[in-house]
Amino acid sequence: MKYMLLMQFGAQSDLAPMHTWAPEEVTAHLDFMKEFHAELTEEGELVGGEGLADPGQARTVRAGSNGAPVVTDGPYPETKEFLMGYWIVDCETEQRAHELAARASAAPGPGGRPANMPIEVRQVMSAPPADL
Amino acid sequence: MLTRRFGDFDAAEDAVQAALADSAEQWPRQGVPDNPRGWLVHVASRRMAEQVRSEQARRRREEAAAAREPADRHLAPPADEGIGGEGPSGRDDTLAMLFMCCHPALTRPSAIALTLRSVGGLTTAEIASAFMVPEPTMAQRISRAKQRISASQTGLALPGPAERNRRLASVLHVIYLVFNEGYTVSAGPRLQRVELSREAIRLGRLLHGLLPEECETAGLLALMLLTDARRSARMGPGGIPVPLAEQDRSLWDAEAIREGVDLVTAALAKGSVGPYQLQAAVAALHDEAATAEETDWPQILALYGLLERMTDNPVVSLNRAVAAAMAQGPEAGLAMLSDLAGDERVSDHHRFFAARAHLREMAGELGAARADYRAAAARTANGPERDHLITRAARIASADLPE
Repeated sequence: MKYMLLMQFGAQSDLAPMHTWAPEEVTAHLDFMKEFHAELTEEGELVGGEGLADPGQARTVRAGSNGAPVVTDGPYPETKEFLMGYWIVDCETEQRAHELAARASAAPGPGGRPANMPIEVRQVMSAPPADL
Repeated sequence: MLTRRFGDFDAAEDAVQAALADSAEQWPRQGVPDNPRGWLVHVASRRMAEQVRSEQARRRREEAAAAREPADRHLAPPADEGIGGEGPSGRDDTLAMLFMCCHPALTRPSAIALTLRSVGGLTTAEIASAFMVPEPTMAQRISRAKQRISASQTGLALPGPAERNRRLASVLHVIYLVFNEGYTVSAGPRLQRVELSREAIRLGRLLHGLLPEECETAGLLALMLLTDARRSARMGPGGIPVPLAEQDRSLWDAEAIREGVDLVTAALAKGSVGPYQLQAAVAALHDEAATAEETDWPQILALYGLLERMTDNPVVSLNRAVAAAMAQGPEAGLAMLSDLAGDERVSDHHRFFAARAHLREMAGELGAARADYRAAAARTANGPERDHLITRAARIASADLPE
């Protein structure tokens, strides 16, 4: 079963913005993420994953009347939770996906304490069909 | 009647055995004059009765045999030596490899990957592409699986007699999972998954050739052939599944059906009945009906009754409720479903809602049916199936009810 783990940051988490962390705290966090990525590959569970650029650069796009893009700024990071990155994992059970999400959530934050970001776990539409 | 008879299964074992032994003697004498394919149920029920009687004796024999054997007999022999000296070493090597790939230390995804790589002979890239994961991930999954087997307590040891049946069940399950993965095929990038079904059938054939006396091995091969026979008819435009009742039966593969029917017929007549044979018998009844209306639902209902007693799988109970609705009317099926609603293994499962939606639609309870189709669509993790369920809900909404 494939699951998407969506890592969120935002007003609802108590986490201070990353640019206010000490440099070594940022480094420790990024190292953890690299290591986590490598572990998922070694376990044979990684389908893919990316970190996303700063949400300050985010734009929202809709189709205009002639299909041309109509672009607005935002959503703004101050106003809501926003996606910082995601992984897609292929694992045997939902429970295993939850374990992986908890591991990602425990990435070190300020003072080396677990950052405890909320990780949304969503099943990917890839299950075999019901039959008979 | 048959179902009720087997309802006694939950009662004291002695009483069950007596009842079954009794039925076993009566079925053949009574014959099945009105129902040319009624023998499927009859033979199955007779064999089940025999099994109940012989199961304990078999277990005792196996345990005694395991106790007699020296411990090193369970270790894998050198590569140039046949296993236990039974037959040519190539044959036994393949079997040993299949057993190893389905080692209990492995997760299912790992066992599947290792089986396809080691016995199936697919490349790592092919397996990765079939399961839509990156090749390095699949390569790691396979190498991890090998490491886990080496590191486990039993390591490369072959299963002893007592463990053998459990391991064989794992092998069959892995092959069936591979088949089901392939059967998900819809369109575009998923087309390659057809290869998985072919590969599963090939592995099933291989295993059946190695163990021709194992009835469940034959049953699994039959089930896969009889299911795969409907492949060309079961997907509509855009990959949306076409329900069995609406499929163009002229597209079904008559040769595969004949082979599957022959296999399950021979297996049921020969030895111990198991879940794969019973499911294959159900598939055979569907495949042999010239039109959906001619489907022998009473017999399918009876087969699901046998299967339910054997597996305690609530999905089987769902199928049985649908068969009851088809054989006896939607109320009969809905009554079974309301009993199942208390089973938390299935009560929040998309299949429960999909089955109830179908039966409620049959019963003319259109508003409730539409709500159930939506509930099922919200719970499935299969794309084409979700599209199908949403389409059904929308069809009711536009045709019969104000939105």
